[in-house]
Amino acid sequence: MIAVTNLALALLALGALAAAGRLAVGPTLADRVVATDTLLTFLVIGTAIHAARTGTGTYLEVMLVVAVVGFLGTAMLARAIERRSP
Amino acid sequence: MSPLDVVAATLVLVGAGLSLVAGVGLVRMPDVFSRMHAATKPATLGLVLVAAGGVLRVATGADATKLVLVVALQFLTAPVASHLVGRAAYRAGALRSLVVDELAGATSEDRGERPGTEAHPQA
Repeated sequence: MIAVTNLALALLALGALAAAGRLAVGPTLADRVVATDTLLTFLVIGTAIHAARTGTGTYLEVMLVVAVVGFLGTAMLARAIERRSP
Repeated sequence: MSPLDVVAATLVLVGAGLSLVAGVGLVRMPDVFSRMHAATKPATLGLVLVAAGGVLRVATGADATKLVLVVALQFLTAPVASHLVGRAAYRAGALRSLVVDELAGATSEDRGERPGTEAHPQA
């Protein structure tokens, strides 16, 4: 299980690296919001992988909080983009 | 590894693979909307697969409940967030490469109104 989750975390890290690249490059604010939302989703998935790896639920509360905060942040940023547009 | 562990490992691996696909899609896709299309795959299916793998592995029912809860939460919030981002991106003018734009002229900005003050002209 450790070896398999190592591979899974490596795949997740590559995906997160690509999303971070999109976050840095842009070009529009909506692209950055989508990239941030994806990064937070990857954080949730990574925490779930950790639970599967160890068989313990130490960080599952963190996972729930990150999921809620990710949604609220995305919704608020979307409203902000809409208000800012001419 | 027990057979249950093999199933859990497969689910986790497929979910993580979807995350990599989403990352590649975010880099390779041409505009905001196709990038959103790529980014929503791990947000629902990827998380479901990984959480199912976690449910098979965790020891207590409370931990399994938290994993199921986060999946339910994600299923409720992911479409709402995507809708809000897509709406905001369209209204901010992110879409320039459409063959047919059926929304053109239909938003309140196109009619010269402030957002949130639509007058329902056809009522």
